[in-house]
Amino acid sequence: MGMTIIEKILARASGAAKVSPGDLVSVRVDTVVMFDNNFLPNIWREILKLDDPKKLVVVFDHRVPASDIPSAISHQNGRRFVEKFSIERFHDVGPKQGICHVLVADHAYALPGTVLVCSDSHTCSAGAFNCAARGVGAPDIMYAATKGETWYRVGETVRYQLEGALSPAVSMKDVFLHIAETYGEHTNTNVEYGGPALSNLSINARRTLATMSAELSAEFATFEADEVLLDYVRARNPAPFEAQAPDADAKYADVRTIKLDEMEPLVALPDTVLNNSRPVAEVAGERIDQAFIGSCANGTLDDLTVAAKVVAGRRVSPKVRLIVTPGSQTIYREAVSKGIIATLIEAGAVITNPTCGACSGGHLGVLGPNETCITASTRNFKGRMGDPSARIFMASPATVAASALKGAIADPSEFLR
Amino acid sequence: MKITGKVWKFGDNINTDLILPMKIYFLTPQEQTRYVFEANRPGWADEVEAGDIIIGGRNFGMGSSRPAARSLKNLGIGCLLADSINGLFYRNCVNWGFPALEIPGVDAAFDEGDTAEISFDDFGVRNVTTGAHLDGIAMPDQLLKIFKAGGIYPLLEAQGLIAPPA
Ligand code: SF4
Repeated sequence: MGMTIIEKILARASGAAKVSPGDLVSVRVDTVVMFDNNFLPNIWREILKLDDPKKLVVVFDHRVPASDIPSAISHQNGRRFVEKFSIERFHDVGPKQGICHVLVADHAYALPGTVLVCSDSHTCSAGAFNCAARGVGAPDIMYAATKGETWYRVGETVRYQLEGALSPAVSMKDVFLHIAETYGEHTNTNVEYGGPALSNLSINARRTLATMSAELSAEFATFEADEVLLDYVRARNPAPFEAQAPDADAKYADVRTIKLDEMEPLVALPDTVLNNSRPVAEVAGERIDQAFIGSCANGTLDDLTVAAKVVAGRRVSPKVRLIVTPGSQTIYREAVSKGIIATLIEAGAVITNPTCGACSGGHLGVLGPNETCITASTRNFKGRMGDPSARIFMASPATVAASALKGAIADPSEFLR
Repeated sequence: MKITGKVWKFGDNINTDLILPMKIYFLTPQEQTRYVFEANRPGWADEVEAGDIIIGGRNFGMGSSRPAARSLKNLGIGCLLADSINGLFYRNCVNWGFPALEIPGVDAAFDEGDTAEISFDDFGVRNVTTGAHLDGIAMPDQLLKIFKAGGIYPLLEAQGLIAPPA
């Protein structure tokens, strides 16, 4: 029996000819990404020895520029660490700022066929790069940084075969909501994405689906590599790599076909995305106080572009705060030069600097009691973005932008023909 | 190693924001324990006693990588049992030396207030109240070693790789 993509990457990294579901494997780690939360005083322990400083990437993203004193201290701890070990790949507040998973994409730090660890749960984002990447705990990062290895339990894999192409008002966020609605949680199971539709999907679109896979409670989420991906990586990172394709006789727990043409705009109701989405028409008219477009899943140039298209020449409802957070300074600069930021501002959006911000309820756009928000970020858990009584609906950037215009949840189709 | 305690039940898809909400992210680990399940079960953190046991349904601990397992440990919870545990949360249980076992069927086998007896030698659980017995999914030796060392920090500290707490 052959292996799935993730089994092949883990086999290679553990030096085994084959790994199978049920195995516990120790693997060599190629890239370790650390971010500001790792350096918070209530979790940070000073590292005395590193396995290899060249493997490290250090990013400040959750609360930047520092929103409070503990965050400022975490940044100080991080800067001292970077200096002590002369770490080159460092993204401080400034021109290289951004959300860690977005920077991993911008700079192709995640190489196909390799292993990347980061203690943020949306690390599966780098699965779009055919990379074995998943969230681990903060102590795992200490282990990987000092010993150069980590462990994984190998789970079974569900394969999603993507076919066809999306219509203009539908995005990969809707595809994710469809998967979460139809199939629910994937605890202890990997997901693998591939199929003929890949060639129709930008790297950004793939990243949205890979990133959101954390919300399926999946283990690893891994995409097949195609020429588009390989060209993207080679243009940004000169390091050698070997992409992994699934064996023809790979064993899957299930193979599910997703026809992109049949997808429609969906909205997840508050508190969870698992088995909890409705077609936008069924929730349309629900009044909102805040609309948010951003995060590691939906702060890409594609996302800002579609939001600008929806609001161009129109006005955000005076009762709604539309907050837009680009995923990185690189994306922000591109959006400025393309006129996207100007369009959004003219319509009444507030543009914030790249940061996690409102996504994690840490700063910038925290919700008050009983408020209603529609978000194109990653999570709608109770209390995630502020007060636990606030209701958080989740949808695509297009649906969020359309809702901001109407002051209530709205179908984006009329703006995107 | 055996753990016995009174059972509290929480159901499916319990997420990490419920265990460790962002608004208390900067408090000390001990202070953070006062807010465990504040949003879905206000007052519980004051009611629960050291050695009590949490039973979840499917997908316990979904969500972020934040040290939520550390809060359960610091609150004095004796053990977490669930039909299935989110992979990242399971790692963090091992990382922080907090006892956790996946036991398919455990949610249905217990009522709140029952007494559970868990063995980390054969990874089984007995409902002392009803007499029912279930087999859990074994924790691999390699992880048992980290868990028994008290988690990753004590392990790395003993090897001179990280400094003791500041
Ligand atoms: S943007 Fe949100 S989901 Fe992504 S890393 Fe930041 S807090 Fe986590």
